[in-house]
Amino acid sequence: MKKRSKYLLIFPLLLWLFLFLVLPYLFILTQSILATDDFGKVVYTLNFDSYIKIFTNPLYYETLTRTFIYAIIVALACIVLSLPLAYFIAFKVTKHKSFYYTLIVLPFWMSYIVRAYAWKIILGEQGVLNSFFMYSGVIKKPLSFILYSDFSVLLCLIYIFLPFVCIPIYTSFEQISKSLVEASKDLGANSWTTFRKIIFPLILPGVISGGTLALVLTLGDFLAASLLGGPNTLFISNIVQNLFGTSNDKPLGSAVGVVLLVLVFLLLEISSRYEKKHETQ
Amino acid sequence: MKKVRAFIISFSAFSVLWFLYFPIVIIMWFSFNKDSVSSFPIAHYSMDWYVKLFHNQSMMQAVRVSFFIAISSTIAALIIGIPSAYALHKYNYFGKSLLLKIILLPITLPGIVTGVAMLSFFPMLGIPLSLEAVLIGHTTFLIAIMITQILARFKKLDPYLEMAAFDLGASPLQAFFKVILPNIKTAIIGAVLLSLVLSMDEIPVTFFLISRENTLPIEIYGMMRRGITPEVNAVATLVFLVSSTAIFMSLKFNKEQ
Repeated sequence: MKKRSKYLLIFPLLLWLFLFLVLPYLFILTQSILATDDFGKVVYTLNFDSYIKIFTNPLYYETLTRTFIYAIIVALACIVLSLPLAYFIAFKVTKHKSFYYTLIVLPFWMSYIVRAYAWKIILGEQGVLNSFFMYSGVIKKPLSFILYSDFSVLLCLIYIFLPFVCIPIYTSFEQISKSLVEASKDLGANSWTTFRKIIFPLILPGVISGGTLALVLTLGDFLAASLLGGPNTLFISNIVQNLFGTSNDKPLGSAVGVVLLVLVFLLLEISSRYEKKHETQ
Repeated sequence: MKKVRAFIISFSAFSVLWFLYFPIVIIMWFSFNKDSVSSFPIAHYSMDWYVKLFHNQSMMQAVRVSFFIAISSTIAALIIGIPSAYALHKYNYFGKSLLLKIILLPITLPGIVTGVAMLSFFPMLGIPLSLEAVLIGHTTFLIAIMITQILARFKKLDPYLEMAAFDLGASPLQAFFKVILPNIKTAIIGAVLLSLVLSMDEIPVTFFLISRENTLPIEIYGMMRRGITPEVNAVATLVFLVSSTAIFMSLKFNKEQ
């Protein structure tokens, strides 16, 4: 009886995940080594052309490297912006702390599309920013380069992923015991030395896990580039989107997707190894 | 010197907070702008865009579709999630840690890859691109939310609670419904609210599985691609108000023990 319920309770979950998650993932792994006929239909012959194309055609490997560099920029910017805010809420706020915490958690769950749209009306040629500067007489003609460029995409991504980085950093600030900081100051260290030698090493796991999240999320994002990017803005995920859409080359699209998956797995693995090592120390 | 440093820290902290919230303030403010161009300063205020919004048939249909998908995928995720979270807490399985990792895949891996994987494979199961496909896609990632949230509450629960119920003669079903369920109720309500919000916002997976009928975020995405209409300001303001209320309540429910 007990044994039966043990497996009965978990069975629907196993079936669901197998059918709708594991099999689809296995299927694109397979599809990435298949070929297409002249009409773009997938045919079942073993073929590694897609992978060869990714690593020899500059369109693919250059986009991949550029996206990776952009992802690092986004992650670093999110970390730099998170540090003062997280520090302030953890150490300086005494009253209404949970209110401030809610302020950084709330945007975490907020609609992606709404937040991306906001930047469109702010940065546009007739947008809020340009019209504000023209109204106040700072500029005579609207600046046209700020929307529909790599810059606007990066700004939007930093904005959207900031809470993902801020929350883990805040959590690690919050775990530092105040007496440790006081001890460092009693022993004559100034604030900068205290931050560098005591506080920073303790928040590093939070910084790493938040940064990795921003990195991974940027690698997988195709919306910001298609909404706010210029004609030449191309992120690796946009290539996947095109290959499954207008270009209709599913094996190649799957192969790019698999490369993306491997990259994400590696990053997450490195980051979680690092965190574990820090926990045991 | 010390005062200067304290000032710099609080100044930069408030600047970042401002950066987080000023785009949202802008949307809300400009939703009351009479002009169709979102330029500063606003000459005339009106509720026109809200009125237009409620007369926009395809937008209203998208709202209905989104509610349908969100509610049904949340129910499906509950039906699968609660028993499995209970089982995962109570029993040990072979390969349990691997299973827990697989459950989390749809929220750890890029949504686009999950989307194209489902797009490629669902037709082989006889599921065409449709709202049913979207429903299955959403349920798959909501299961991850449900199980992690409920499992976290189970871990905080007193293990003797269930044993006490058994000692007092309760059957396993009685123990579950009369003792366990009331104790995880607030976690379930919190997870349900989060699931509704996440499903209403989801784009990457939906994008690839949708056929003709759009969900709300896909409809907004389409409008944005076609150009800027201030109707989006109005709908964005409403989405923001509804979802932040839900999130606020969910945070409250999750804190309650």
